[in-house]
Amino acid sequence: MMADSGPEEIAVIGNTDLTSAELENNIKNTMVEIEKWTSLLRKMEISVGEAEKRTGKNTVNMQEIYTVYLIETRPVDAVTEGIIPAPDSLWRRYSEFELLRNYLLVTYPFVVVAPLPEKRAEIVWHKLSADNMDPDFVERRRVGLENFLLRLACHPVLCNDKIFYIFLTEEKGWKEMVYETGFQAKADSRLKAMNAAFRVKNPDKRFTELKHYSDELQTVVSQLLRVRARVADRLYGVYKVHGNYGRVFSEWSAIEKEMGDGLQSAGHHMDAYAASVDDILEEEEHYADQLKEYLFYTEALRAVCRKHELTQFELEMAAQDLASKKQQKEELVTGTVRTFSLKGMTSKLFGQETAEQREAKLQVLEQQIEEGEEAVKEKNTESDEFVKTAWIDIEHFKDQKDRDLKEALISYAIMQISRCKKGIQVWTNAKECFNKM
Amino acid sequence: MSRTIDAVVSPTQTNTIPADISGQMLDLDEDDDLEVFSKDSTLADGNMFNASMPTSPGSMVNQCKFEEDEESDSKDIFITVDNPESHVTAIETFITYRVLTKTTRSEFDNSEYEVRRRYQDFLWLKGKLEDTHSTLIVHPLPEKFVVKGMVERFNGDFIETRRKALHKFLNRVADHPILSCSEDFKVFLSAQAWELTTYKKQGPGFLSRMGETVRAVANSVRGVKNRPEEFTAIQEYVEDFSNKIGSLDKVTQRIVKEQKEYLEELKEYGPTYTLWSGSEEELAEQLKGVAGCIERCCKETEEQVGHLSDTLVPVLHEYVLCAETLKAVLRRRDNIQAEFEAKNEALATKKVDRDAESSDLGFVWGSLLGKNPEEARHQRQERLDGEIEELKEEIDKLEDRVEWANNALKGDWGRWQRSMRGDLKSAFLSTAEKNVDYYEKCLAVWETFLLSQRTEPSEETDRDNTP
Repeated sequence: MMADSGPEEIAVIGNTDLTSAELENNIKNTMVEIEKWTSLLRKMEISVGEAEKRTGKNTVNMQEIYTVYLIETRPVDAVTEGIIPAPDSLWRRYSEFELLRNYLLVTYPFVVVAPLPEKRAEIVWHKLSADNMDPDFVERRRVGLENFLLRLACHPVLCNDKIFYIFLTEEKGWKEMVYETGFQAKADSRLKAMNAAFRVKNPDKRFTELKHYSDELQTVVSQLLRVRARVADRLYGVYKVHGNYGRVFSEWSAIEKEMGDGLQSAGHHMDAYAASVDDILEEEEHYADQLKEYLFYTEALRAVCRKHELTQFELEMAAQDLASKKQQKEELVTGTVRTFSLKGMTSKLFGQETAEQREAKLQVLEQQIEEGEEAVKEKNTESDEFVKTAWIDIEHFKDQKDRDLKEALISYAIMQISRCKKGIQVWTNAKECFNKM
Repeated sequence: MSRTIDAVVSPTQTNTIPADISGQMLDLDEDDDLEVFSKDSTLADGNMFNASMPTSPGSMVNQCKFEEDEESDSKDIFITVDNPESHVTAIETFITYRVLTKTTRSEFDNSEYEVRRRYQDFLWLKGKLEDTHSTLIVHPLPEKFVVKGMVERFNGDFIETRRKALHKFLNRVADHPILSCSEDFKVFLSAQAWELTTYKKQGPGFLSRMGETVRAVANSVRGVKNRPEEFTAIQEYVEDFSNKIGSLDKVTQRIVKEQKEYLEELKEYGPTYTLWSGSEEELAEQLKGVAGCIERCCKETEEQVGHLSDTLVPVLHEYVLCAETLKAVLRRRDNIQAEFEAKNEALATKKVDRDAESSDLGFVWGSLLGKNPEEARHQRQERLDGEIEELKEEIDKLEDRVEWANNALKGDWGRWQRSMRGDLKSAFLSTAEKNVDYYEKCLAVWETFLLSQRTEPSEETDRDNTP
């Protein structure tokens, strides 16, 4: 379990079979920890149980097969009474998760929103199917979706969101609710802003650094995952070829008298060795998924940086606008034209304006300046607020990342140790068999 | 004539070029060892890499237990093959190997010999042994060229592999109770280069060799009619064994290939963690730690692949060649029996001829020539009787030959099976041991890393303590 809430670790109740005693204990730990933020997980267990296939018509009225996932929730309190009631449940498909995430991205732009697991299997090694219907892939996606929900539930801000709550609790009508929030319009403008090219004069240095970091992280982790997949592929080949020893030893033992027994049993061990690689690599796939999550997180990081740039840009534009208005006023008042302006040109060409015209213009300008100053103040506050809240979340994210990845690396070492131990066992057994030859 | 060595050759002695290599240079018949190597006489370093190989007969005395254990107690001859050197002439370049012999056998004039031999000399020796003892099992020689390209033809590894195989070949001959007494073997070990050349030119001439070949072909075409059951059983076994050992050879080579490809990818894997560590603060040390572990495992993997190539692959390959040798031996035995059977049939035919009534044609012909029919019949009978006697003598000799051939093969068969078991068992054992060792070393690497992580204070407790 990788999700957590705030500085302390709480018992994350996911899709595991805990005894009621353990549940009690977990809850006690939960209650004991005093947190600054509220956490949805204190109130309910969330899990993504099974996956099923459904058929239906898609948007272009064609038959399609898709997978739905069972989301089960249960209030934490209910358990303490000694009776474990059945969880409430509903079915959601991947596209609904995507919709939820998009809604959250738009509504809380200062939050580094947890990523979804892959829609399609991207970085795979050859044995793994890239097919979305492959049961192993579906299983890994189920785990990823559960992880996603748990991360949201632990997040101090996101966990209180109503749309999120309803996503977990009401199957029908949720989609309509989301669209009713009008987030789509915001989403569109956000998308435009993301893709727009603009230059910010004074971005917060921390955000610039964060953007560089997230680019670097994306590059290195992608590369790591690609090489890992190739290594896995090769390792698979090595183990599987040993299976041929099993077959040949067995055939050979049939024609030998003294060596027969030793060869036969050695052959069995070679078969076992060849078969062992499947589990080994399946486990490693989970490690890869942990890294992938953070690979996908970089996108969320970049989104927050971008939002900062946008906010900062708007502030700078507003300030620039105000400055230019003030400049215009000054010129009007003093009558000097310091900067080139169309007004200046036309007045030169067509003669000066009348005093009344000037007065009218001045009034308009003063109005605009007042409005402009309001706007700048607003934008300033907005920007400051954003930087503050975003940076809290980013620090939180960094801690989470360091913790999670450290744990992932340790679990990788443990996997390697386990593989080595298995290897030692197999070859020690084989050695004994060869001794009997 | 031979040179004596003053002292036991020490393992570090190299580069002793015999005074006269002129004899070598005239040898142009075969191009078996016409290998264009780098004209680098530091090839002599070849034997330095192999610390485990005895590099002198003297040091072999202590290591004889690694050879055939049957004869180790009574071993009275120790041979080493080492010190490959390339020789360059205007026409060709070839490699010679130093062959050192220490022996207490009385048929040798001296107790120590040092000669240089090239691959085609070994080929000659093998040919002679097989000619003389056609149903004994002679250990195979390494092949002329490695066709599959797994070992590159012209590098140190190829030379080293060949050297080891040549060493094994001579020692197997030396261990053989019959083959080691061969005069050809003795000459091979002791004669100077020019002496060997002279000796090689003796022996049956070209025409008589041709005659033998023709007879052998005729016999093999005829086939053997009454092969004893035990030899049929051996032949069936050899067929199966040949298949199995061929498969094992292929499988092992495939494993080596896969391991090498795995190693290549692994070498790129570690650096990705190092690269990542450059972007991190808290995680940097850990990432570098993982990178280090992967690198160390790379080294161990490289060693393990090397061991496989050096130990298991050559032995399996040797026994692939052995299987072919066995098939040839069985064929030769069959041919000997076929020849005997053919002569027996000829005898029976002649007897029928003799006892038959003279044909009308013969009688008519005889009377045309003015012969007395009685006389003609009598002459004919006498002639046939003579031929029958001759045939009977030949058949007796052939019968002896068949019996001798069968006994030789039977005896050697048991011997071969034992040494096959021993060789293959020890090769597989060694491989399994190395693999255990490999995984143990990798385990230690990762456990050390894990330990270093767990002794660090955890993030959780740290946060409570830091302001």
